[in-house]
Amino acid sequence: MGRPLSSGSWGRLAFAGAARTAVADWRFEALPEADEGDSLLARGWGRSYGDVCINSGASHLDTTRLDRFIAFDAQTGILRCEAGLTLAQILEVVVPRGWFVPVLPGTRFVTLGGAIGNDVHGKNHRHAGSFGCHVRSLTLLRSDGERYRCDSEHNAELFAATIGGLGLTGLVLDAEIQLLAIDSAHVECEDLLFSSVADFARLYEESSDWTYTVSWIDCSARGGSVGRGIFSRARHAAGGDRDPGNSAPRLAVPFTPPVSLVNRFTVDVFNRAYYTAGRRRGGVRREHFQRFFFPLDGIDGMNRIYGRNGFYQYQCVVPFGGGVAAVEELLRRIAASGEASFLAVLKAFGERASPGLLSFPRPGWTLALDFPNRGAKTLQLLASFDAVVRDAGGAVYPAKDARMPADMFAGGYPQLERFRPQVDPAFSSAFWRRVQA
Amino acid sequence: MTVKTIIAFGATSAICVALLRRYAAAGASLYLVARDESRLAACAADLAARGATVTGTSAYDFNDAHRHSAALDDAAAALGRIDLVVVAHGSLPEQADCERDDALVRACMEDNLTSAAVIMHAAARRLEAQGSGTLAVISSVAGDRGRKSNYTYGAAKAGLDAIAQGMQGRFAGSAVRVVNIKPGMVASPMTAHMEQGPLFAHPEDIAPRMQRAIERGSRVVYVPGFWRYIMWVIRLLPTAVLARLPI
Ligand SMILES: Cc1cc2nc3c(=O)[nH]c(=O)nc-3n(C[C@H](O)[C@H](O)[C@H](O)COP(=O)(O)OP(=O)(O)OC[C@H]3O[C@@H](n4cnc5c(N)ncnc54)[C@H](O)[C@@H]3O)c2cc1C
Ligand SMILES: NC(=O)c1ccc[n+]([C@@H]2O[C@H](COP(=O)([O-])OP(=O)(O)OC[C@H]3O[C@@H](n4cnc5c(N)ncnc54)[C@H](OP(=O)(O)O)[C@@H]3O)[C@@H](O)[C@H]2O)c1
Repeated sequence: MGRPLSSGSWGRLAFAGAARTAVADWRFEALPEADEGDSLLARGWGRSYGDVCINSGASHLDTTRLDRFIAFDAQTGILRCEAGLTLAQILEVVVPRGWFVPVLPGTRFVTLGGAIGNDVHGKNHRHAGSFGCHVRSLTLLRSDGERYRCDSEHNAELFAATIGGLGLTGLVLDAEIQLLAIDSAHVECEDLLFSSVADFARLYEESSDWTYTVSWIDCSARGGSVGRGIFSRARHAAGGDRDPGNSAPRLAVPFTPPVSLVNRFTVDVFNRAYYTAGRRRGGVRREHFQRFFFPLDGIDGMNRIYGRNGFYQYQCVVPFGGGVAAVEELLRRIAASGEASFLAVLKAFGERASPGLLSFPRPGWTLALDFPNRGAKTLQLLASFDAVVRDAGGAVYPAKDARMPADMFAGGYPQLERFRPQVDPAFSSAFWRRVQA
Repeated sequence: MTVKTIIAFGATSAICVALLRRYAAAGASLYLVARDESRLAACAADLAARGATVTGTSAYDFNDAHRHSAALDDAAAALGRIDLVVVAHGSLPEQADCERDDALVRACMEDNLTSAAVIMHAAARRLEAQGSGTLAVISSVAGDRGRKSNYTYGAAKAGLDAIAQGMQGRFAGSAVRVVNIKPGMVASPMTAHMEQGPLFAHPEDIAPRMQRAIERGSRVVYVPGFWRYIMWVIRLLPTAVLARLPI
């Protein structure tokens, strides 16, 4: 079974650690006293890739013991629970009773508080919007000692700031979410090959009656093959059992190799094999939802394969207006760089507005890439991506970021000035200090 | 034997919660007893949402020895029959503090031994009258041998061992089972101040083994299982050697 990361983050980059970690055990307790000059940051399971969940030199507040259900109405699918409960734990309880978490990221080992803090998205953004769209209300504990019940009518500004608020508005103690009714734990899904980004865009347009769509891009493809990949689409199946299938990972990466196992050569081999396997897997099939949603959760410690220096993720969104040109440009730059991205994922965000002031999802194409950390070379490549994204009027996702400059953040988040007054003066993060610089 | 009805003393303890969540998922009926009223309410709501029927709760300090049999009566009335009694509460003072503070020594004995002993005796009467049922007590590896790092707590837990052993003799040949659960180091509020080394387990990791031991009626179970071997070695160590180890 997955475990919370008690320090650091998923990318395993070397950030300076927190000076202290306090544990939040019960939702009716007070926040720990912060000394002069100290600050607090709530942490979930540390599945963010960079420093939004890191408060270097200051205090972390471990929320993973706030893992209690408060109320679950199996008639209406309204669930209230504490913020440290993971989506995995929620699914285990609600799936057998015919309910589903309406927005799921690519791992189930994230907490409710983390899902709110980054206003995470899933493969169904076109239909469901971001996670925050399903949060009916939440309770926020701030350093003034008050508990704020927030929803779209009460403390509405604080509610909007807290969704996607990167933990900066206080400690989310609990939240109430609306679940999605399902008939079965299985999905119907289908994989289709595409040969270019334009081809991907066409498949996406044609798939509006599929709830979930996502695609994998072969980043080692060269020349005329740049932009080829596999498009997957799925919808909840009817009939069948509702076994939550929350099994332990089948494989594990037992130790961290000194150098990244992900390099140009291995990615080449993997991608070719994967693409070829995709070609053979035709037609609509039935799969358990865990397999479709969380393929990476099957391997424990997957993030270790990038070696001791860790890795960078880069996820951006570019508006539909510019077509797929910016995505194509990014892929060309990867091909030219000689760097390898193992998991390149291309999705789309639909028109449904995200409720958070700093929410990342907005209409457009969203590309997620990962690169083993090779120091300055990698950072240069990512900076060159920034230029493309900036020109296209896009934004970079803080949950995956460890290096974007302040102007990139300000440019991508137009509500930043409206957000600022809602920040709790006793809360901060390494990310926040970095993007203020 | 499958367990359908449970009374849990110390129901807000992290280890007990992890165990009860497994029974909740299976739809068990619970009666929960703990010291703190708000914590108890939070745990009761959690277990109910996970599928348990919470038939009643009772909040009081377990050093109020006269309240235990009333809680058991109440539970028996609510549950009908009691399949399982869990005794899970405890407190872990710093050994160095015990060496300075006599009141703390006494509190340690009361929290870990006196209160649990009274509950076990009262529960045994109840199960004996029923003619069957399981009494599971959480003692500790600390009771296996007096060690300088935690002998006050260890002595109290060793007392629980003696009671469990005696009761196993008393109920031999009957359908009443007494299960002595000995956790090693477990990450919980009790140990939050300690450096969490590789020997630490998580409550949800040890819960399945606890549940299996309860269902089989095992006399003693170490959780995680490797502690059985560690403690076997520690019990065999010559006193002079043990004295030199930092444990
Ligand atoms: C394999 C993998 C796949 C992923 N796929 C996706 C994806 O498809 N879509 C997507 O959007 N994201 C994805 N992510 C990113 C992940 O969903 C987010 O980073 C998520 O926020 C992590 O949750 P966490 O519980 O680990 O929170 P952390 O990473 O610990 O914290 C995230 C943020 O939330 C704040 N926070 C956490 N708990 C609280 C609280 N109780 N109160 C206030 N603030 C709090 C923290 O301060 C921090 O700013 C993926 C990550 C991995 C590892
Ligand atoms: N964690 C370990 O490493 C470890 C190892 C071996 C054995 N154990 C044993 O496992 C059991 C559970 O501990 P845990 O790890 O789950 O720790 P925990 O979460 O701290 O639980 C301890 C519980 O005991 C309760 N308690 C203490 N004194 C009490 C009293 N006088 N009256 C009523 N309740 C009282 C506490 O109630 P409040 O919430 O009101 O404080 C708390 O619920 C204990 O018996 C412990 O000794 C633990």
